[in-house]
Amino acid sequence: MAQHDTGETPAVAGSAVEKSEPRRDHPGTAVEVSDAFVNPGLPPHRPRVTDLDPKKDAQAERRVYTLFYISIIGSVLAIAAYGAFPLEEGNMSSVRMNNAFLGLGIALGLLGIGVGAVYWAKTLMRGDEIVELRHPTRGTDTTRARAVEVFTLGNEESGIGRRTLIRNTLIGALIATPLPAIVLFRDLGPTSDPVEALETTLWEKNVRLVQDPTGAPIRASDLTLGSVVHVIPEGLNELAHKLEEKAKAAVLLMRLKPEDLNELPERESWSYEGIVAYSKICTHVGCPVALYEQQTHHLLCPCHQSTFDVTNHCEVIFGPAKRPLPQLPITVDADGYLIAQSGFHEPVGPSYWERS
Amino acid sequence: MRQLSSKNRTASARPGRRSPLATVALIIVGLMTTGGAYAMFSSTAAAETTTAVTQSMVEDGQKLFAANCATCHGLDAEGTKAGPSLYGVGAASVHFQVGTGRMPLAANGPQAPDKPAQFTEEQTLAMAAYVASLAPGPDIPSEEYLQGDGDATLGAELFRINCAMCHNVAGAGGALTEGKYAPSLSGVESVHVYEAMVTGPQNMPVFNDLTISPEEKADIITYLKYLEENPSPGGFDLGNLGPVSEGLFAWIFGLGAMVAVTIWIAAKAS
Repeated sequence: MAQHDTGETPAVAGSAVEKSEPRRDHPGTAVEVSDAFVNPGLPPHRPRVTDLDPKKDAQAERRVYTLFYISIIGSVLAIAAYGAFPLEEGNMSSVRMNNAFLGLGIALGLLGIGVGAVYWAKTLMRGDEIVELRHPTRGTDTTRARAVEVFTLGNEESGIGRRTLIRNTLIGALIATPLPAIVLFRDLGPTSDPVEALETTLWEKNVRLVQDPTGAPIRASDLTLGSVVHVIPEGLNELAHKLEEKAKAAVLLMRLKPEDLNELPERESWSYEGIVAYSKICTHVGCPVALYEQQTHHLLCPCHQSTFDVTNHCEVIFGPAKRPLPQLPITVDADGYLIAQSGFHEPVGPSYWERS
Repeated sequence: MRQLSSKNRTASARPGRRSPLATVALIIVGLMTTGGAYAMFSSTAAAETTTAVTQSMVEDGQKLFAANCATCHGLDAEGTKAGPSLYGVGAASVHFQVGTGRMPLAANGPQAPDKPAQFTEEQTLAMAAYVASLAPGPDIPSEEYLQGDGDATLGAELFRINCAMCHNVAGAGGALTEGKYAPSLSGVESVHVYEAMVTGPQNMPVFNDLTISPEEKADIITYLKYLEENPSPGGFDLGNLGPVSEGLFAWIFGLGAMVAVTIWIAAKAS
């Protein structure tokens, strides 16, 4: 090809075919490649040991059928293991042996076939290199003409080009078919405004703080210094969708020395004798922040190591979280049980579109 | 034995004088009286060892305290710049800190690691009795909550809610801030688990008997014992550390095996 072109158009500048004759008049800045990549052809054929030595050939054959035997044994082992280590209801440890031997058997069964087939192909099947040329993609002229003929005939017989109303209504019908899916999938989302669901929790005035998971109310006097209680709002356990509400309403209750708390003047009434309640939902991406260090008063989020300082209204002192954890204002009722003064004063958890 | 067999022989030799069952009845009565007496004796002995805190124990404890702890905690356990006051920490705290070897502290660091205990159980109990005599505090828990015969399912739920965020859901431990860590709970004695919950050693929060009842603590201990005794149903647990050790295993062994197989498939046979 290349030599043929050179002969016809010797003066085409920049053409790849020029490279054997460097130009002298206008060298420019282009780096000219002095030699083209030459197809090295196939490497010389090197016979394998199995081609030369009949003993090695027999040995390879033995190996291949041994691998296939191993595959059969593995499959039988899997069946036997399923019977020998039955799954017992309520006994989790029975899963262990069952899975281990079933998996071992099936793995041997599959690997035996696979490894055997590859080894067979590599050592015993025909081993010399051959070149297989690609077929041209373009069809023959008669095939192409025949295809055009079929299309024209189809147009004539169905009349799709002629009867335009049929054609256009069909297109319209096809566009309309997927529309019900949009309605159906929209219904999977929240029925009401999702922003409202993000902004509100079960906490409101006079809701008791109760223990997770027992639901027992908590007396302020029950908490000793350094205590931590994982808290849910009273009545959460009775809800049908309690996990959805718990994901927003989980609260961590901690008792510190009152003098350790550096409280803002407007928030001084939010704690009760050194007992503070903060949302457990991280303001970064919503993991439960519950790794409380009693002496440093640091709250650590296990997901991305955001660290909050409980003594300073849970301000962020390390990590990717942007906002402090929201504080739940608490007090005690007439019986000495801890209750919420109100709900959270800001949305809990991570940012969303309507709130940067 | 010789007497027994001779009795039998005489009984069989002269039938009618004594029923053959009488010998058996006599043996049973003898065994029951000796066994019962032994049981009574041993139970009273056990009760004596667990409950009694004598004045001599407190005095022994004070001597041990003055010799081993007073440098940091002060001669009267009032605390110094190097160590906190021990008023009100209770016997449970001393028994935990000294019994797990955390105290005496070997060196300053982010937190006191557990190491082989430096004192015998008797000496530890004496020091605990001394510190408890200074001011009231959590006591060493009663044996009935330490048997691991509670409800493991409830214990697991309580563990997941209250403990798992630091100690890992399988009790394998985990990292905290600035070099501190929650230790692994495997192999920790039940009494130390209970005492740690009640006293909140180092940076661990306090879970007193009013927020988590003694029965619930017994359930948590039951769950921890269950974890120790039952192997992971999923095979190798790789330290129960989660994605770090599992990911490392998959990268090194899983990918390694795939690369090796790929090279083998592509290589020409010799």
